[in-house]
Formats: sequence, structure tokens, C-alpha cells
Amino acid sequence: MTCQECGERPATLHFTKIINGEKTEFHICEKCAKEKGEAEPGTNHFSIHNLLSGLLNFETPIGESPTQSFYKQEQTNCPKCGLTYQQFTKIGRFGCSVCYKTFADKLDPILKKVHGGNTAHAGKVPVRAGAAIEIERKVQNLRSKMKEYIEHEEFEKAAETRDIIRSLEHRSSWEGGE
Amino acid sequence: MSLERFISEAVSPWMKDEGPDSDIVMSSRVRFARNLKNYVFPILSDREQNLEVIKEVRSEFNDVPDEHIGELELLEMESLKPIEKRVLVEKHLISRNLIEQSKNGAVLLSENETVSIMVNEEDHFRIQCLVAGFELKKAFTLANSLDDWIESKVDYAFDERKGYLTSCPTNVGTGMRASVMLHLPALVLTQQLNHIIPAINQLGLVVRGSYGEGSEALGNIFQISNQITLGKTETDIIEDLQGVVMQVIEKERAARRALLDNSRIELEDRIYRSLGILENSRIIQSKEAAKCLSDVRLGIDIGLVNGLSKSILTELLILTQPGFLQQFAGASLTPTERDIKRATLIRERLELEYQLSKKSEGDEQ
Repeated sequence: MTCQECGERPATLHFTKIINGEKTEFHICEKCAKEKGEAEPGTNHFSIHNLLSGLLNFETPIGESPTQSFYKQEQTNCPKCGLTYQQFTKIGRFGCSVCYKTFADKLDPILKKVHGGNTAHAGKVPVRAGAAIEIERKVQNLRSKMKEYIEHEEFEKAAETRDIIRSLEHRSSWEGGE
Repeated sequence: MSLERFISEAVSPWMKDEGPDSDIVMSSRVRFARNLKNYVFPILSDREQNLEVIKEVRSEFNDVPDEHIGELELLEMESLKPIEKRVLVEKHLISRNLIEQSKNGAVLLSENETVSIMVNEEDHFRIQCLVAGFELKKAFTLANSLDDWIESKVDYAFDERKGYLTSCPTNVGTGMRASVMLHLPALVLTQQLNHIIPAINQLGLVVRGSYGEGSEALGNIFQISNQITLGKTETDIIEDLQGVVMQVIEKERAARRALLDNSRIELEDRIYRSLGILENSRIIQSKEAAKCLSDVRLGIDIGLVNGLSKSILTELLILTQPGFLQQFAGASLTPTERDIKRATLIRERLELEYQLSKKSEGDEQ
């Protein structure tokens, strides 16, 4: 089979495009494919990220001028990796774990769309991170207890609680390897 | 290179196992996406930071994660030849992304090639377990134990509410993608698959060609996997997928029976014509090869073709891809040269198979 574009070289790439149920077949050679910018199978040129960024652009409400919303989006910057929300909508991927906190208020609508309405994790918890979360919860409980003790002027108990908090925090930061 | 040695290098050891439901299910795969807490994700990190991750892997990941798996070997992309990388992609052990976009990408491989852990791909770690046949739970258990093994060494990016944090929000939560590779020639032939796919999609599962997103289903091989990673437990995801795949298997078997009952002679004709093409052609394109291999594999599975091993479809589909063909030839090939080489390779492989089966018959007598 010869390439349907140039009609010279043999066709080595065969595509089937299905748009709205309409099937079109392409048979082209590598050179024409590159020129046409058609994706080589499996190269992911049009990947989930392109589709995802389509989903992410729902932000601009109809009627609002684009410059205004551009300005707004520019304001959020991830403190750890520097990613802006605008960049995120382009690449469809986050730059670091802190991004999830930075863009937290915009996250849930996106997650709902891609995960069938779900927004919270229900699966596995890593042992070590699990332990750290446990300690964090304990520390928070103890802090509020300590406040109570201080309010009731039970300073000895408050000091004891403070020491426990310190040792817990020390342990978690040591285990966390930070 | 001799054909036998080439095949033994080209075919992953796990592919020789047949596994449950191997008349339809070729392989089951589970992968976890994981990231390090204190490092920027690979998509934004620089070479330096990625190198640090590699260094950590090199120094910390030396022990044996699982006695059935043995030691893992670290292969860095920069020290591999282009053709070697391409071969790894064609064996589904690494992604194209790792070659094309990653800075200081690497892969940890087990000797039997069941386990591959990509480092510095889209996420810091992509833990993948591939097993033969319909064995999702086996793949999951193994991937899970490898995940525990890595977690004992590093701090994962994890959030109590959002789960495992991944670069792409489509993976967040469990970070798990479970998939099953199925050979569905009868459902394609009877045009039933077109009706089944939309139903599967409604259940939060996706059907794709064998090389993932956007790839065509070469040789009637389809991949069914979970789309949703958040809000469901790992076990639920595995069980949902398992249930759907079981139904698809039943439908395929029913379609095969119906074809045998209603149009046996047409089916035989189709299968033997394809076998004839494979045995005799001198130039063959990958698409035609895949179609013929699919027909012959169907013939083997329904007992029409004897003297050929089941794994031949998997094996030859992988062997006749451009990367492997060029490795076999030891040189880069033009498309026409590839088609000639492909035809030769298939003919020789079938010849070898007939010799082996004759020999084993002789041994039995």
C-alpha cells in the first residue's frame, strides 16, 4: 500500500479515526506523518492530559473578560515548585505534593469530574505516613488539652503535656527523616 | 544471532506461563504511581534532582524485595542504546514517556521481567507487575508488597484525604491502574464488541488497544482497565474489574461457540488462509501479520490448529515490531526491509515450532 499523502513511499502508519461514530482510515508513510503531525501510535501526542486540560478550562465563567480571569489565575503560585494554576490547566499535571494544598479550593470539582463524583481517598494508607498522621492527631488533641489546663491554671499538668508534645514532635520529625 | 537465542532474549520469561483463562486473557497488570514527599515531581524537576532520586535508589534498593522475584537490576536510560530502549517499550516494560520526556529516567527490572519499576517517569515511581493469564489478584498482591518494600525506604507523598499524591490528578488516591489484556477475535468478528464497550465505559472502566491510550487494537487484543482511582479501595477496584472481565470472557467464549456451530467451514477457511499467509509470505506488514496471528491463535484455542503453542501470538506480535526486527537484523531497516524481515522471522519461527513438536512426538513414541 502506498502513502495516501505523497503517493510515493509505502504507507507504514495506519490510523482509524472515529469522530462522532464516523470512521475514517488513514494510510501514510512516516515522513508524511511527521509533516502532518499525526501521532505515531502509542506516542501519546493526544493524551489524557490534553483532554484533562480541556476539563480544567471550565473556570472562566461566560461573560467574564479573559484578561480579568488571566490576572486572577496568575495570583496563585505553589510555594514549593512555583507552578501557577494557569500552567496546571495547560499541562494537566501538578508539580509537587504541595500543589494539592495550594490549589485545594479548585481541586474537588476537577476530581469529581474524573473520578465519578469522588473526592476522598478510601484505599491504602502507607504504614509510615499513617504513623505520622496518627502522631499529628495526638499532638492536636494534646494541644487543646494543654490550653484547657492553662485556662484552669493547672500549670504542672500543662508543662507535662507540653513535654509529651515535644517528644512526639521530635519523634515524628526524626522518623520522617527531615 | 540465532533465532532461538533471540527469542529467548525477546520473550519475557513470564510470557511462557499460560495462567488461568489463557485462551482469552493474555496478561494481567497492576501498576502503582508513587511520589516522594520531599522532591518536586519529575515533570518540573531538573536533572540534578532526578539524579538524586536515582542515587537514592542505587544505594537503598539493593536488597531482595520478594524471594520469588529476586534482585532488581537498575537500568538507566542514558546508558542504553536507542534500540534497546525501544525493545523495552515493545515488551511493555517501560513507557515511551520514560524515553522521550524523562530526565535521568531509569527502570528497576526483575530477572523474570514480571516486575518493572520506572523511576523519574511522570511520577517518581511507577511500580508495575505483569503476570500471564487472568491473575489480577496475584499481580495486585505482588505490586502491593513491592509498594511496602519501597515505602520502608522512602517517604511517600501522601495526604490523609486525597491519598497517594500523583502528578496527574487522574491517578490520585490509590494511584492504582489495574488492567487485563484480552484476545477477543470472536466478539470483533461478530461485531458485538461495539455494543459491549459503551456498557463497560459506564462502569468506570476503559477499553483500549494493547499499547494504551489512543492505540489501535492490533491483532484483536484489547486492554480493559479502571479509570477511577479515588474514592474506592484497591480491592474494590480489582473486584469490579475482575467481574466485568469475567463477563467479557464468557461472551467471547459464547461467540466462539456460536461461530463454530453456525459457520464452522467459513471459520476454518479464514484460519487456514491466515496460517498459509504466515507460512508462505515473503513481505508482510505489521497490521496484516497481527490479523493473521490473531486468526491462528483463535484456531489453536478452539482446537482447529494443532502443533503450535498458544504463546505464539503474544510472542510473534512482540517479535515482529520494528524495534525487535531491527535488533534481530542487527541494523536499522527501511519499512520495506522490515516487512521482508518480518515475513522471514515468522516463517522461521513457525518452522522451528513444527520441528520442536515433531521432535516431542518422536520422543513420546
